[in-house]
Amino acid sequence: MRELKLMKGNEAIAQAAIRCGADGYFGYPITPQSEIMETLMAEAPWDTTGMVVLQAESEIASINMVYGGAGCGKKVMTSSSSPGISLMQEGLTYLAGSELPCVVVNVVRGGPGLGTIQPAQSDYFQAVKGGGHGDYKLITLAPASVQEMADFVEIAFDLAFKYRNPAMILSDGVIGQMMEKVELAEQKPRWTMEYIEKNHTWATTGKKKGQERRVITSVQLESSVQEEFNFKLQAKYREIEKNEVLYEKIMCDDAEYLFVAYGSSARICQKAIEIARSKGIKAGMLRPITLYPFPIQQLQELAKQVKGMLSVEMSAGQMVEDVRLAVNGKVPVEHYGRFGGTIHSPNEVVEALEQKLIGG
Amino acid sequence: MKEEIIIAGFGGQGVLSMGKILAYSGVMQDMEVSWMPSYGPEMRGGTANVTVILSDEKISSPILHEFDTAIILNQQSLDKFEPQVKPGGMLIYDGNGITKHPSRKDISIYRIDATEEAAKMRSSKTFNMIVLGGYLKVKPVVEIENVIKGLKKSLPDRHHHLIPINQKAIERGMGIVQTVQELVQA
Amino acid sequence: MADTYTIISPENLVYKKTDLLLDNVMHYCPGCSHGTVHKLIAEVIDEMGIQESTIGIAPVGCSVLAYNYIDIDWQEAAHGRAPALATAVKRLMPDKIVFSYQGDGDLAAIGTAETIHACNRGENIVMVFINNGIYGMTGGQMAPTTLPGMPASTCPTGRDVKRDGNPLKITELLAQLPGTCFVTRHSVHTPGNVRKTKKALRKAFENQLANKGTSLVEVVSTCSSGWKMTPVQSNKWMEENMLPYYPLGDIKDE
Repeated sequence: MRELKLMKGNEAIAQAAIRCGADGYFGYPITPQSEIMETLMAEAPWDTTGMVVLQAESEIASINMVYGGAGCGKKVMTSSSSPGISLMQEGLTYLAGSELPCVVVNVVRGGPGLGTIQPAQSDYFQAVKGGGHGDYKLITLAPASVQEMADFVEIAFDLAFKYRNPAMILSDGVIGQMMEKVELAEQKPRWTMEYIEKNHTWATTGKKKGQERRVITSVQLESSVQEEFNFKLQAKYREIEKNEVLYEKIMCDDAEYLFVAYGSSARICQKAIEIARSKGIKAGMLRPITLYPFPIQQLQELAKQVKGMLSVEMSAGQMVEDVRLAVNGKVPVEHYGRFGGTIHSPNEVVEALEQKLIGG
Repeated sequence: MKEEIIIAGFGGQGVLSMGKILAYSGVMQDMEVSWMPSYGPEMRGGTANVTVILSDEKISSPILHEFDTAIILNQQSLDKFEPQVKPGGMLIYDGNGITKHPSRKDISIYRIDATEEAAKMRSSKTFNMIVLGGYLKVKPVVEIENVIKGLKKSLPDRHHHLIPINQKAIERGMGIVQTVQELVQA
Repeated sequence: MADTYTIISPENLVYKKTDLLLDNVMHYCPGCSHGTVHKLIAEVIDEMGIQESTIGIAPVGCSVLAYNYIDIDWQEAAHGRAPALATAVKRLMPDKIVFSYQGDGDLAAIGTAETIHACNRGENIVMVFINNGIYGMTGGQMAPTTLPGMPASTCPTGRDVKRDGNPLKITELLAQLPGTCFVTRHSVHTPGNVRKTKKALRKAFENQLANKGTSLVEVVSTCSSGWKMTPVQSNKWMEENMLPYYPLGDIKDE
């Protein structure tokens, strides 16, 4: 067995990035995720794998460096927390519009505005509905443990390159700052230029004689061409929705009430299930692992079985809208969550279930 | 076995690192562990606390509202966390600067005068290891050899020469912990 | 009278456009400086034999479609972000040649931070800066480099420095930064100036091959449509008004 290490979620992201053969990281410090760049700088991967790590002048510059690197067919990533991710929205829509793969990590903190540095899940809409202008989507993964923080880096890169689309790891201050045991993957070599030139023929690696020049762009002045391109994007998103839904079902077999929760809230709900069941309430949980694509079908199936669903999120109620859309009125769907940097405790979640759905 | 612990005190008392060493000791003992700090401005001189969970099974929530054990290093933390100890649980506290002592009757209470002992040892930095020793004496959730392995893992190589003095501090803590009230286990 | 078809033969050839300049019809207005600068860049890349390793970064502005005209790999950046793209492309592929091509709004207004920090880090890239003192593509609005008193659609009575601030001499500013190795200002309104600009561009690309840091070539340019003048009037107006404020020549050459 490989060595188990105890580390923070943020450190796990950095270690996993190096080990999966990432070519570049470009970032700007912001709490609670600065350990990602700090760990990368301390590890100095440029001496070992050749990975480039650069502190940019802003999140705007970071995401545009990611654009430049992605355009070369390289595995590049950035990370930030909520206010910084807001600044990156311009870059993200350009990346989606130019069909470029990259990984963006958001270790969410409470907002709006400068907000708080404490954990939150109030960037759900921004992550799964696009975030910037235009019709586009980010593949969005929600890790619920430090191990998943590590594992999802490579999964996110794989999905990003498979669909030539940005992928976001939507984490939060709990998962970023907590320490758990992690088993890191073996070091993988970075892609060679030969590999990139052969497999990513769209990448700007220098136009060879007799080759068509490659242009990475998102501008189509002709609206009919732009519409055509949008049809192509939408077809891609339908493929993603068909193929890439990831979720976890916990204690669902006999469940009468369902928590729907992701990330740290899913961890809290696991404890809430234990408490609820000790009180005789048959609770279970659907944990979406991909927030986009969303596990719509699985929720529709569960709606046939349960008496009600409680969307538990550290926000004023964002994912609950997608749960309601999926369930389409079949069963009552309520929201519970503390927000603005406050975290709900497992017993508060059980109380909310009793009050909002069971009627106690 | 599952032990849910809150360690709370001032920033600078080694609250987070005590939690980390305890968590690493659990890793060395093949347990599941989680270490969840309250982070932020509190880290700089205000209150600091960390939730550590050691368990034989997969850990669900790293965020808790009640604890098996509270390790308390100042008055504010005592006021805040004494009510959050599960009935039948335990509280261990450093008596330094405490004016309002714990008063619950349904928990076991231990006192360890680690600040005083660290001053006697002329090694204020081992304060948190004295406390850890006291806790492990009362509740030996991890073996000392695994604590030493945990220390090795969590200290950078350049600080490995400090392991013997930390070990001594743990042993001292085991020696000086006092029982205030002990519930008889049913 | 000689048949013209007998004159058009290889042995009579005195000038030929470089193959790197594509046959796409340029969208630029008559008299615009972009076409000339595009041609010079294409010639320099061709003459240096670096077509296969050069990657251009196009801006937002009139030259947003620059990639339609020079036969190399291109990336088109968001407004002002070309230096950030160029930074990553060069750092991830250090053996490639990377240049950004930006207008005044792009380089000196919305992208000021990216410009300054790329230069300050001494990114080993070439930045080509087209300064015509106006926003051409969006229809003649005031630019960071619009001269005092010069009219634009968002300052119809002329730039009022009390209200709008002063024109930004960003090139002089960038020359202060230790990361830049070559900072120079040129124009392409006379054959002599065209030749000097080409020489400067060649030097900038050679600096990159020599790993010397950031080279910035500003080209003071005309915008007949935005200025509402004929091309000839524009050249004259530029000489009389722009060049005194933005004097030509090397500002830094290390």
